[in-house]
Amino acid sequence: MIDRPAPNGTTSASSYLRTGPGSGAVDRTLSDVPLKAVYGPEDVKRVEPLPGEYPYTRGIHPNGYRDRLWTMRQFAGFGNAKQTNERYHFLLSQGQMGLSVAFDMPTLMGYDSDSPQARGEVGKCGVAIDSLRDMEQLFDGIDMGAITTSMTINGPAAIAVAQYIAAAEKKGIPRKMLGGTIQADILKEYIAQKEWIFPPRPHMRVITDMIEFCTAEMPKWNTISISGYHIREAGSTAAQELAFTLADGFAYVEAAIARGLDVDSFAPRLSFFFNSHIDFFEEIAKFRAARRIYARRMRERYGAKNPRSWQLRFHTQTAGCSATAQQPENNIVRVAFEAMAAVLGGTQSLHTNSMDEVLALPTEKSVEIALRTQQVLAYETNVTNVVDPLGGSYFVEALTDEMERQAEAYFAQIEEYGGVIEAIEAGFFMKEIAEASYRYQRSVESKDRIIVGVNHFQREEDALEMDLLKITEEVAREQARSLDDLRTTRDGNAAAAALDRLERACRDERDNVMPHLIDCVNAYCTEGEIVEAMVKVYGRYTERSVF
Amino acid sequence: MANRPLRIVVAKAGLDGHDRGAKVIARALRDAGMEVIYTGLFQTPEQIVQTAIQEDADGIGLSILSGAHMTLFPLVLDQLKAQDAADIVFFGGGTIPPEDADELKKRGVKAVFTPGAPLQEIIDFVQAECGKRRELVG
Repeated sequence: MIDRPAPNGTTSASSYLRTGPGSGAVDRTLSDVPLKAVYGPEDVKRVEPLPGEYPYTRGIHPNGYRDRLWTMRQFAGFGNAKQTNERYHFLLSQGQMGLSVAFDMPTLMGYDSDSPQARGEVGKCGVAIDSLRDMEQLFDGIDMGAITTSMTINGPAAIAVAQYIAAAEKKGIPRKMLGGTIQADILKEYIAQKEWIFPPRPHMRVITDMIEFCTAEMPKWNTISISGYHIREAGSTAAQELAFTLADGFAYVEAAIARGLDVDSFAPRLSFFFNSHIDFFEEIAKFRAARRIYARRMRERYGAKNPRSWQLRFHTQTAGCSATAQQPENNIVRVAFEAMAAVLGGTQSLHTNSMDEVLALPTEKSVEIALRTQQVLAYETNVTNVVDPLGGSYFVEALTDEMERQAEAYFAQIEEYGGVIEAIEAGFFMKEIAEASYRYQRSVESKDRIIVGVNHFQREEDALEMDLLKITEEVAREQARSLDDLRTTRDGNAAAAALDRLERACRDERDNVMPHLIDCVNAYCTEGEIVEAMVKVYGRYTERSVF
Repeated sequence: MANRPLRIVVAKAGLDGHDRGAKVIARALRDAGMEVIYTGLFQTPEQIVQTAIQEDADGIGLSILSGAHMTLFPLVLDQLKAQDAADIVFFGGGTIPPEDADELKKRGVKAVFTPGAPLQEIIDFVQAECGKRRELVG
């Protein structure tokens, strides 16, 4: 409990009094994990092995960031391929080390820009990619053999990989040279992000086809990025994010093993994607627990022998849901703390959010500040000099144990349902998350939790002085014109034949859809056409809504 | 019938899967004593207005976080007029820049709530505006 809400921003911080034991704000984390005032040796069960040693609680590299900094990778995409290509050239010129593609909603949902479902959405949340033609434009002037690219797309992930391969091969870069990551985590779509196309079971077949194909043909490609980010953004707690994400990861591992793949042939190329929220130590504990749980399971349950298969590698993004529309400049500060938690947690790559993302897509200026935040962290703060500097902290070790304990309890619940897909079908995850997000919102409402500028330290908002990036409907019109042109200039018979072969492959469980997808893409079939051919076999998914 | 609770349709339109806000609002309105119908995701403006009419709703709350608000809010307004249901209180929220919110209000959206808006403010608004509508329509 807080003494009283500050009437305005002139109230000094010293008037922020806590009323003692039992007050909500001090005795638990953001995710309601109970906290003691101080921790000691009795709270720590064991001494963790050194960084680089199994089970990697303290990190997967013995030298941490001394050998290699994390990859600074800012997610970007808006408007059409040409606009996004310009932003990529800018980011690369400013010292960014890899690209990360944000697609627009129609692309993520498998609709062409000129379909009725795409009304008002083209180019808004990301870049519109309808066909190979757009993918070629997106990477125009960029050496696809030299950079790594992360693509955040799930329902049509296999199609995006096919487009990426085709675009590179047209430039003479063979697929085995391509490095990067495709998100392709369909399970969390049903759980949190809701960008699905087919029902869970056929989707798992397509993803497993893709893992199998990339394992054989793309040695530098990370086949799946198992994502907790969206689960957290949907309102989960830290422990739910940890547990549900790892459970999804194990479901993919089990699917690939069931396909007959050797766990050590694909596991080294699985990676994870977590959120870094505002509760500093809780986040660090979450990252450390994730590594330990994963290593143990991979080794003990799935029998992996290669240490690379035991090592959980992850990308982190600061929490979009912690940003506020009020006093948006404060978001720069939040992002800096969240980024530092990710680094102290040992992330392999990082996206820092821009201050204006709660209002619109970020401007070039705000993206630059976000990137500079990472550079300050990397080059000025010296937090990179010692590996896992919080290892052995009574508190951090105890909280890491607590995260693991909560995750294990969730794994047991999921197993009672019969597995992740069964738990999805029963609505379990969605209900848990809706519950947690409502509880959180209530605690903000009651001022049990303070958010600066939102429920405390408010001031009258000035008219917004920031420039916001606007995407006009012209993007949709241009995409539609380009699609018309594509459909009239391509070899229509070749396109139809490729779609036909794809549909047959979808019906035949023994076939792998990937080569057929690459054929479709090379025949300039649009994403929407490819998806329609697959929907004929698989159908579209509708969820049971719970709130 | 006079004491029948207010009925509100909470809707998601287009391809936008961000349903955290919509679900929190649905729950908060329900806890405040209203009857809430949540449409689920990916509804068309036509479907949303039909649902509201069939459910005899007093208000529609539309949540959009995908940037498509300047397309989808006006389409719902058009449908309310076309289906002779303009008396239904139409409000919404999401990641909507202030100048767009002003423009939407000019065009007939009763209120636009952006991130950080207190739940109580939304509840109070719905009770007041939908309550007025109930008095007029009965």
